[in-house]
Amino acid sequence: MNFTPFFLSLKIAGSATVIVLILGTILARVIARNRFPGKRIIESILLLPIVLPPTVVGFGLLYLFGKNGPIGSFLLQWIDYQIVFTWTGAVIAAIVVSFPLMYQSASAAFQTYDRNVENAAYTMGASKLKVFWTISFPLAWPGLLAGLILTFSRALGEFGATLMVAGYIPNQTETIPLAIYFAVESGNTETAIFWVVSMVIIGFSAMLWLNWWSGRNILRFTSEN
Amino acid sequence: MLSVSIQKQLKNYSLEIHFNVNEEIIALFGPSGAGKTTILNCIAGLAHPDQGLIQLENRTFYETKKKPVPIQKRNIGYLFQDYALFPHMTVQKNISYGMKDAHLTEQLIDTVAIRHLLDRYPNQISGGEKQRVALVRALATKPDALLLDEPFSALDQDTRVECQNELLRLHELWKIPMILVTHDLKEANKLADRILKIDKGKSL
Repeated sequence: MNFTPFFLSLKIAGSATVIVLILGTILARVIARNRFPGKRIIESILLLPIVLPPTVVGFGLLYLFGKNGPIGSFLLQWIDYQIVFTWTGAVIAAIVVSFPLMYQSASAAFQTYDRNVENAAYTMGASKLKVFWTISFPLAWPGLLAGLILTFSRALGEFGATLMVAGYIPNQTETIPLAIYFAVESGNTETAIFWVVSMVIIGFSAMLWLNWWSGRNILRFTSEN
Repeated sequence: MLSVSIQKQLKNYSLEIHFNVNEEIIALFGPSGAGKTTILNCIAGLAHPDQGLIQLENRTFYETKKKPVPIQKRNIGYLFQDYALFPHMTVQKNISYGMKDAHLTEQLIDTVAIRHLLDRYPNQISGGEKQRVALVRALATKPDALLLDEPFSALDQDTRVECQNELLRLHELWKIPMILVTHDLKEANKLADRILKIDKGKSL
């Protein structure tokens, strides 16, 4: 049994999740809280990957990052690096596809508490950074964590866009979803079943934990003891 | 002395107000939506007027066409209507968040008798207790002025009287400009040295 797909999937989904957590939290904090012209258009663009077929996202990324694409040719020319057909490509696909989940969770999370709590901290002389780390972030954390789990699960299961951008290169871009598809394709049912069961167990655990966690957090600030 | 002279266009009317506060308690009295909270927000720096001048002693917080002094640098205490305690921190942590003088804070804690609450979370204490904690938290930063937005409106009659007396006592000790927003004339009469009646953004 070759376990490379497992470690590769963890590496790709893990990297994507870290980047999405940072990007999603910052953008949600900046965009969701403020009013400015074009806000709805920007938010729609950010959320677009939720409604688009992954192949469309993959095609778009392939265009952007391909050898002749605007970003791809730039990277190739300046740092001699090609993103398509590498695990970095798979990370980018996972980022784009899972970002909307984090963004939605984070924008909701930053609206779950009274804004005056932050204002009170400002009047006490706290800097913006201090208020973010000591007030906004801890209060939004339950929602951010929920977004984090959804992001990781989505990134782990990403198939369509990954296949288009990173292709199927055994031991290099062969994530679990790709391994399942190509195992079935080549009649290797046992391997396919092994990975399918693994994915179900991971996904179920994530969901179970998420449900338990959100239930616990509803109680957190309301319980009398 | 805190001097406020501001103009700000709000949704349905224009807020235009001019007043000075010495080391006294002034009540801004008027119906809901009269612009009272907006005035406090402008003084604290949470909102900015369209034009005017806000000064405390010799410091200018706001002046037309100049960059306003940010909230953090104004050193103005603000007691919010819903107290805005940090729900994820104990009373102790809430109070020490912006604390400038530990000795003074200890005194304040005893003055308003909340020492037994220090290890509790805001959701574990009553409305009156929250009010006291918020007051101590605001004063622990040694503010140069204190703004109070309907601080007693959520309390029952007995607790309200108690907290009002406490505020008067603290003001005796502190002698800083305090601005109290209220729509309760009795409260305004009891607490304030002067009452500023406000309706639709203008003082009457």
